[in-house]
Amino acid sequence: MQIYLPIADLPVNIFLVLGMGLAVGFISGMFGIGGGFLMTPLLIFVGIPPAVAVASVTSHIAASSFTGALSYWRKRAIDLALAMMLLSSGILGTATGVYLFTLLREVDQLDLVIGLSYVTLLTTVGALMIKESVQAELRTRKGQAATLRRPGSHNWVHGLPLKMRFKRSKIYVSAIPVWGIGFTIGFIGAILGIGGGFLLVPMLIYFLRVPTATVIGTSMVLTLVTMASATVMHAATNHLVDALLALILIVGGVIGAQFGARTGQTMRAERLRLLLGLLVFAVGLRFAFELVVQPDELFSIRLVRGE
Amino acid sequence: MARRALLIATLLTAFAAPAHAEQLVVSLSNHRVAVTSNFDGEDLVLFGTIEPDRPQSAMRGTYDLVVTVTGPRHTLRTRRKDRVLGIWVNADTREFVRVPSYLGILSNRPVNEIANAETARRLQLGLNNFLLPQAIGPDTADTVRDDPFRTAFVKLETQYGLYRESPIAVTFLTPTVFRVAIPMPANAPTGSYGIDVQLFGGGQPLARTQTALEVIKAGIEQFIADAARDYGLLYGILTSLMALVIGWIGSVVFRRD
Repeated sequence: MQIYLPIADLPVNIFLVLGMGLAVGFISGMFGIGGGFLMTPLLIFVGIPPAVAVASVTSHIAASSFTGALSYWRKRAIDLALAMMLLSSGILGTATGVYLFTLLREVDQLDLVIGLSYVTLLTTVGALMIKESVQAELRTRKGQAATLRRPGSHNWVHGLPLKMRFKRSKIYVSAIPVWGIGFTIGFIGAILGIGGGFLLVPMLIYFLRVPTATVIGTSMVLTLVTMASATVMHAATNHLVDALLALILIVGGVIGAQFGARTGQTMRAERLRLLLGLLVFAVGLRFAFELVVQPDELFSIRLVRGE
Repeated sequence: MARRALLIATLLTAFAAPAHAEQLVVSLSNHRVAVTSNFDGEDLVLFGTIEPDRPQSAMRGTYDLVVTVTGPRHTLRTRRKDRVLGIWVNADTREFVRVPSYLGILSNRPVNEIANAETARRLQLGLNNFLLPQAIGPDTADTVRDDPFRTAFVKLETQYGLYRESPIAVTFLTPTVFRVAIPMPANAPTGSYGIDVQLFGGGQPLARTQTALEVIKAGIEQFIADAARDYGLLYGILTSLMALVIGWIGSVVFRRD
């Protein structure tokens, strides 16, 4: 059944979009991620303009992280004080990201920046994840305990001033890296249409030493708020949020995530990380391919202004 | 899909003809076309008659008709990718200023058979002759026909179904009664469309008349598009709320703890 997407301005098969929502939802539930870094590229690959894909996926991530955040809230696994600190700069990052997004679109280089950023981000993160999980796998093969590497309990981050205590996470850290991380995630999320969970969780663990008990729940709160505000800002400035596309994706995503979560629980953590790493790396390569290979059509059209 | 049976509702004669000349009378079934989401490119029909300036028995040859339909004007930027440091980037752009968002050039046979090159250019017959001004510095001007940007622009618009040239869209039911099928794709922009009907005989322009139609979009999709454009902030807040509500429903329905 074809439906017409009002903002993307093209007809699509409703079952294709719903299926994509289900598939990405399944993967996001399985790995405990938002799935934006898969959803946005998938939409771009089926022909939705990159700008519309990015702007619309933000609301999809807001929905899936809200579902996640609620369940972590019930388990009391959210450090609200830390989340608030991250948010104070996260919103600023989102606003900066939306502003740069508008600017890049104006000079016709948005698609390029989205493509390049995806290549850099996804191949790097993917390669690191693959390396880390292969090493963990090898260690278990040798019969050693698969311990998470925790280098010296203090690093340079802990030498910074403006220290604050976050009771629930039981950490005492400077506010500067907290703000820095919040800003970075908000900024990247708004430009690339990703929640940034797959970057945020490692950052919180390695830089701030946030314990595993609160790290995912807290990261979901940041994702939720930055993505919901990105939706509002993209809608208010660029008018590119396709509510109908978002609705179908969200419904598919919320359902798919439940089945994914069940499958994920039956798999070993290292195996999951390896799979996720391969997936992230593959999407990065796909973008690289897109940039390097000569496109079939060199020309494209963009509306500057109507009457 | 010709489910839209078009009935002659109003008659329009806009052409004030000089004495002893052919007169064109055209009628559009419906001046408002509602494009809905499941609209898959229907034809709108225009009927018309030619009133000859002399008895039919003495009529000169046969008539030819070229109908140019232009949608609301807008400004577009055409971009060309070039290889820079091994990757393909938008390197060059041209702005097409106030060009029709929809352009249909419909005739009963190829325009180059209807009139000679000079006439065709003067009367903007065919996609090749239609003026598509580009911004060149502070001025605007149409470029040569084989300009790569112009060619690419027309090609892309044709692929989207928005620009089209059809030498079979006009059919003569009798030597003086004609029927024009105006293709309306689902992505046809809303707004008012001008219809310019030009009559030719023996390669010479004989008569000309204009009419108009209004394309409106109905249904939820158009409501969304209008809201997104006119009330961006409110629209964004509502979309966010929708996401949160569905997320919340998801967490309630699938609650596992």
